[in-house]
Amino acid sequence: MSERIRSNSPNTGFAGLSGLRMRPGAPRRNPIVPQQNVASTALVFVIAIMTFLSCLTLGAVTLVRDTADAWQSQISREATIQIRPEDGFDIEAALEAASRIAEEFTGVVSARVVDREATARLLEPWLGSGLDIDQLPVPRLVVVTIDEGATPDFTAMRDRLVAEIPQATLDDHRNWVDRLITMARTTVTLGLAVLVLMLSATVLTVVFATRGAMAGNGHIIEVLHFVGAEARFIAQEFRKHFLVVGLKGALAGGAAAVAVFIAFGWWSSQNLATPEADQAAALFGRFAIGYTGYAYVAMIVIIIAGLTAITTHMTVVTRLGALDTGYGD
Amino acid sequence: MIRFENVGLRYGMGPEILRDISFHLPERSFQFLSGPSGAGKTTLLRLLFLSLKPTRGLITVFGKDRSRITRRELPGLRRRIGVVFQDFRLLDHLTTYENVALPLRVRGRDEANYRNDVLELLKWVGLGERAHVLPPVLSGGEKQRAAIARALIEQPEILLADEPTGNVDPPLARRLLRLFIELNRSGTAVVIATHDLALMDQVDARRMILANGRLEVYE
Repeated sequence: MSERIRSNSPNTGFAGLSGLRMRPGAPRRNPIVPQQNVASTALVFVIAIMTFLSCLTLGAVTLVRDTADAWQSQISREATIQIRPEDGFDIEAALEAASRIAEEFTGVVSARVVDREATARLLEPWLGSGLDIDQLPVPRLVVVTIDEGATPDFTAMRDRLVAEIPQATLDDHRNWVDRLITMARTTVTLGLAVLVLMLSATVLTVVFATRGAMAGNGHIIEVLHFVGAEARFIAQEFRKHFLVVGLKGALAGGAAAVAVFIAFGWWSSQNLATPEADQAAALFGRFAIGYTGYAYVAMIVIIIAGLTAITTHMTVVTRLGALDTGYGD
Repeated sequence: MIRFENVGLRYGMGPEILRDISFHLPERSFQFLSGPSGAGKTTLLRLLFLSLKPTRGLITVFGKDRSRITRRELPGLRRRIGVVFQDFRLLDHLTTYENVALPLRVRGRDEANYRNDVLELLKWVGLGERAHVLPPVLSGGEKQRAAIARALIEQPEILLADEPTGNVDPPLARRLLRLFIELNRSGTAVVIATHDLALMDQVDARRMILANGRLEVYE
């Protein structure tokens, strides 16, 4: 302090109190923005819940998309030649011939005749065990495995098969695959729409919750402003504080979502070969969201924490602008 | 130092709160700003403190035209004007010491450089023993003195005090007044907004009386 005040001290009427001593090990400085208050705690919870729900939605969409892709590639990787039995017709020779014809085409990896035992097993759920397949006019199949990168000319293959074996029909699963692709695309589009809604709701909730929490700090902004703090300093103090709040919430929500995915993955691996798990696996694959899924979760966490900081910055700047430029109130 | 010429102010589309206000606050001057409640004392202080812009007229602050002062220049000018608010505006989560040191801390000054100055000032206003308590446990008079210390820590050229004796008993009010007089003797211009006639009678100083939006100055 300047000499002028020190020299005047005896006249103020307040001086002369007992001597002043700094405590040894003076207390740690309190942060300018209070660390703990009800609004901040509530904000952490809101952010955690919204991040959790966003990550779950994103994980579910990733799961559906990956499963749809898997369905498509599995089904379009195979075609089937079906040969109908007729009286006096050597079906085994026809199967061999069909298999040979198929293998001649480029793009065919292999052609495998489904033998009598395998055919009987396929029919077992409907006709029971101990079935003598020769007593029934059961069509026989040749499974043709296709190179996904270079699909064979199915029209030429079909024409050649019918010309040599009139009882043969070729099913390239095209109709089924087309319908599946349409269904998968619809499901993924719906999922993405839900995700967009969820993320929009998250953004709005985080923005308004942050502004709500900031409202309780209005007096601090005003005091800092009136004691001559630069706008940049005030914004930085609040941004720092709310970035930590946002990170806490977002990390908690993201971690909870990852825990759910890991728990489902574990459950499905523990229940392999049970009817429930088989059903679930048939529909959703292995409940694993993969590295991409985890990267998306990390991205959501970062975006939400950043959003909290940006909202805080904007709120402070707006408030300071109103304090500085007012013509009246 | 601060000059008002035909200044008028209205809030929004409402009537003019202040009309044709003209005065000059010289360096090292001491004045009371008075008038009935609602006369516009606080509004005039806000104009002096650059937190409001006039709707008409010319205000010159430290030689600069108010209408040409940019937002970037405001913090620097505010540091030259100390303000004691009627409601103190102390931050409850900071200790008395931290509240008083706040203007220095927000400028990024190293605490080691100002710790002794702040403690000296706290001692000067009689809060030496209350440096490390939080404002909620301070009495009204102690809060008032903490607010005064905060306004003085940067050694402003002018001190504006809004009803500084409104919350204290007469003996303490007299001691606070003595503090302001000593401050003025050391070179700081002082404006005390008050409607306490008894307080004003204790000092032979310039009186600026606001009534019906107009200002009369009695030298």
